[in-house]
Amino acid sequence: MIDTLIQGILLGGYYAVIACGLSFMFSVMRIINLAHGSLAVAAAYGLWLLASRFGISPFAGLLIVLPAMAAIGWLLQRYLLERSARGGALLPILTTFGLAIVIDNLMFEQFGADTRSLAPFIGSLSYDSWELPGGIYVGKLAVMTMATAIALLGGLQLFLSRFALGRAIRATAEDPDTAGLVGIDARKANALAAAIAMVTVGIAGAFLAMRATFDPYSGGPQLLFAFEAAVIGGAGSLWGTLIGGIVLGLAQSLGAKVHPQGFLIGGHVVFLAVLFARLFLVGTPIIGRIGFTKTGFAKIRAAIRSTP
Amino acid sequence: MTILSVQNLDVRHGLLQAVRDVSFDLAKGDVLALVGANGAGKTTLLRSLAGAHLPAAGRILLNDQELTLVPSHRRIAMGIALVPEGRRLFSQMTVEENLLLGKTSGRPGDWTIDRVFSAFPNLVPRRHAKTGHLSGGEQQATAIGRALMSNPDILLLDEVSLGLSPLVVDRVYAQLQSLLTSGTTIILVEQDLGRAMGVASRVICMLEGRVVLDSPVKNITRDQVTKAYFGLHRANTGRAAS
Repeated sequence: MIDTLIQGILLGGYYAVIACGLSFMFSVMRIINLAHGSLAVAAAYGLWLLASRFGISPFAGLLIVLPAMAAIGWLLQRYLLERSARGGALLPILTTFGLAIVIDNLMFEQFGADTRSLAPFIGSLSYDSWELPGGIYVGKLAVMTMATAIALLGGLQLFLSRFALGRAIRATAEDPDTAGLVGIDARKANALAAAIAMVTVGIAGAFLAMRATFDPYSGGPQLLFAFEAAVIGGAGSLWGTLIGGIVLGLAQSLGAKVHPQGFLIGGHVVFLAVLFARLFLVGTPIIGRIGFTKTGFAKIRAAIRSTP
Repeated sequence: MTILSVQNLDVRHGLLQAVRDVSFDLAKGDVLALVGANGAGKTTLLRSLAGAHLPAAGRILLNDQELTLVPSHRRIAMGIALVPEGRRLFSQMTVEENLLLGKTSGRPGDWTIDRVFSAFPNLVPRRHAKTGHLSGGEQQATAIGRALMSNPDILLLDEVSLGLSPLVVDRVYAQLQSLLTSGTTIILVEQDLGRAMGVASRVICMLEGRVVLDSPVKNITRDQVTKAYFGLHRANTGRAAS
């Protein structure tokens, strides 16, 4: 039982890593990025290509892939999301949905249907573990993932609250017009935020590819898990995302313990339970009082999107 | 010495022309009161001076430098800061964070957080409070402080008394007094004519987007401004009045 709990928490670390970029993009840019999973898989393919073709270790490969992801984020915001956001709140969602389809199929065309993994390129790390007292083993990679999740979310939180650029990004998220009046270039702040989000997506892609296998259509499930973690933790709260990831990981691990096929069901059940609890305990009064708030709307949209 | 020159400015909201052919020059140290009924185009004029709303025609010059199409985030770096109507604070952020955002442009000058707090002592205990939780007077002080943090040459104040009780308005103006006499160039929009004429050195009255009266305060009576405000001067003098 203790083993199940520990493994569940560590799995939650992975979910927090993949949910981080989604949650960041939603909280500071009000964009629900449905291409999130596909972009993570694209980063994974980038690392795999560097490793298998050029023999570059995935960790060194990150030095190339992460700046590339940042550039992709910047360009996406400037040329796609910024334009579609002018057409209303719904359009960016449709845009990223379309983008996900394009990315998935481009990867399929390029790399075929074979499943790939970075596990062969990271030596013994993919299966090494530490033994805890009581005969419990924890995977080194899983512990690393959890540490990364904490560092990533903590780092982002610190950046947003303590640094001038972080404050500029938050100000732009709240009121781009007034942000301009205090001297912030709102377009630049948003493009920077998108670049940061894509860097976290790149990191998520690396862990996805190191801990398991992936294929061109792996993005969908990753998006789903990221969504569940982000919504359970309270969409838009960065520390909440860590908690959400852990709750999801625990629910899946416990579900698997109950029944061999309980893994996914356990996660979905907890996700739906949290969602309805929030809708009835928190959501409804808000809807009743002042109509749909922006976040209320987005939560419901998020819920619809991520319900399997 | 002319610091700001507005020439034949037209500003539109889609089909609605809010500002029509407005021209005036502002000398350094002037305190200009912009008066006029609701919808006369005062706020739109201020917003276009701050760059939040680009004009359809005309020119804006700052120290003989063309400013007309410069976006708002660069204008503040050139020395024009707007305290927007309705204060428009970042409500999820603290007083201190809002003030720090005012420094984004990095203009050199003597305004610091501590100086803002000494100018607006009512903010001191609220330093780490979210601005969404402040009273109206505290919010207005924060908004003015945020604009001052950019060390502006020209400060645009849009209806600082909007939604505040008369007592609080007195307080805000008392706190502004040192600023008004310090030689900073100020354009202020104010509904209270007595107050506006009390602090300003010059008054411009707008009506339906046009300037219908432009005069030093000392050469004009409250009655004359009121007439221009309601457009009553037209019956006698036609459209011309300046």
